[in-house]
Formats: sequence, structure tokens, C-alpha cells
Amino acid sequence: MNLRRDVFQAIADPTRRAILLLVAAQWMTAGAIASNFDTARPTVSKHLQILTECELLEQKQNGREIYYHINAKKMKEVADFIEPFRKMWDDRFNKLETIMKKYNPDSFREEK
Amino acid sequence: MERKTKINAEDGKQELVITREFDLPLELLFKAYVEPEIVEQWMGTKVLKLENKKHGSYQFETSDAQGNVVFRANGVIHEFVTNRKITRTFEMENTPFPVQLEFFEFEKLTDDTSKLSMHIVFRSVEHRDQLLQMPFAQGINMAHNRLQNIVSKLK
Repeated sequence: MNLRRDVFQAIADPTRRAILLLVAAQWMTAGAIASNFDTARPTVSKHLQILTECELLEQKQNGREIYYHINAKKMKEVADFIEPFRKMWDDRFNKLETIMKKYNPDSFREEK
Repeated sequence: MERKTKINAEDGKQELVITREFDLPLELLFKAYVEPEIVEQWMGTKVLKLENKKHGSYQFETSDAQGNVVFRANGVIHEFVTNRKITRTFEMENTPFPVQLEFFEFEKLTDDTSKLSMHIVFRSVEHRDQLLQMPFAQGINMAHNRLQNIVSKLK
């Protein structure tokens, strides 16, 4: 199980990031959220489902409607907690990869 | 963009695992960890000492543009198996963070690709979480960005 990885996949999508932004300060129904996008309603529903599964959204039933709101606690965890650390290693490893791809064993031996 | 570097840090555990797959043959990946001049380039730190052997030790130091030392770390190598694994301790000097234990495992995927798994064990859950949150990451990133500037000037 790797829940955090799923969370990062969830926020990697631009539409899902836009949804999170929308519900950051207010409770919204799926319909109200969908009205902000050109995307088909079922696609937005799918995004909401993924975000809910990753605990990035909270749900509240009010009458027949379900309202969505950002789970700030989880977002903070994602934003402040692991991501800068992951990014740091990702940058380092990208660097490592670039350097070693250019690496020429022959010239290296001459330097030694 | 694909996220090639993955971090698994389960809640309540005093450890974390960083994994990464490289478009590099295993031998080149391993070399990037043992040749001081290469380590310096990608880690963005100066390598004062790096003894790649059992009971060997190492020391890294990072300075700012004015030459002030902003970061120093050291450790002891417990296990060193070429192209397979390195087990070492890691300690940041002049910080409240206790020494941590690191298990590096290098794995061949294909002739041209390889995988690194870095398993870090901390003294406590709190120490792990604090380390993840502390500006240490930023400090190192600054060093990294500076390195990137230097490298891009060389091109």
C-alpha cells in the first residue's frame, strides 16, 4: 500500500488541482463544481471520486445534495510535509542521471 | 510529468523509503555514489572524505557563495558491496538531529536501467517528521540551484 503516492498522483492532474482550489474556501455540490469546467460532468465526478478516495476532499450530506470541501489537514500534509523532501531528492537524482549519461569512462581514467 | 522519485513514509513509523529508477546502467548509478568528484556534482556539496569500505567514513560540507560553511554531515560506512549495497550512518553536524541509519540498495533492471532504494531509519517518529519538515531541504535545494547555475554557465 502506498497511499501517499496516490495522493501525489491525485494532485498531479490540473483539473483536480483546480477543483481543490474551488473548494478550498467553500462547500460546493458536484454540479456547482462541474459548472466551472468545460469537462463533461461524469469526468468531474470521476475527479471528485479520486480526490475523495485520497482523503483530499471531505463530504457532507445536506438534504439530497452532497457538498464537497477541501480536507485542509491532508492538503497541508501533502504540501508541507513530504513533497519538498521528495522534490529535493528528485532534483538530485535527475542531476545524477544527467551527469552519468554524459559520463565518459575513458576521459575519467585519464584524470585519475 | 512522471514522478520518478517515490517516497513512502507511513504514518507513525520512524523510517522512510525513497525509491528511484534511473535510465542508467547499474554500474554508472553506483559510480555516482562512490566517486567523490561525481558525488560533489549531484549532491551539490563538497566531499571532504569518502572511504568506500567497511568501517570507512565520509564527510560532506556545503558552503555558501561567501565561503561560509552552511552544512556539514558525516557518517560511517558499515557495509560496502560494489554495485549492490551501501549501509551507512548519516549525521548532520551542529543540528539537534540524531544520527540516522541508511540502507542503500542498488538493483539492475535492464542493461540500461537500474533502481535505487534508500531506506532511512530515524531515532524516533518525531525525529523523522521533524526532519521532513525542517528547512534543511530548502538549504540543500539552494545549494543545488547554485550548482545548476554553475553547470549551465559551463555549457
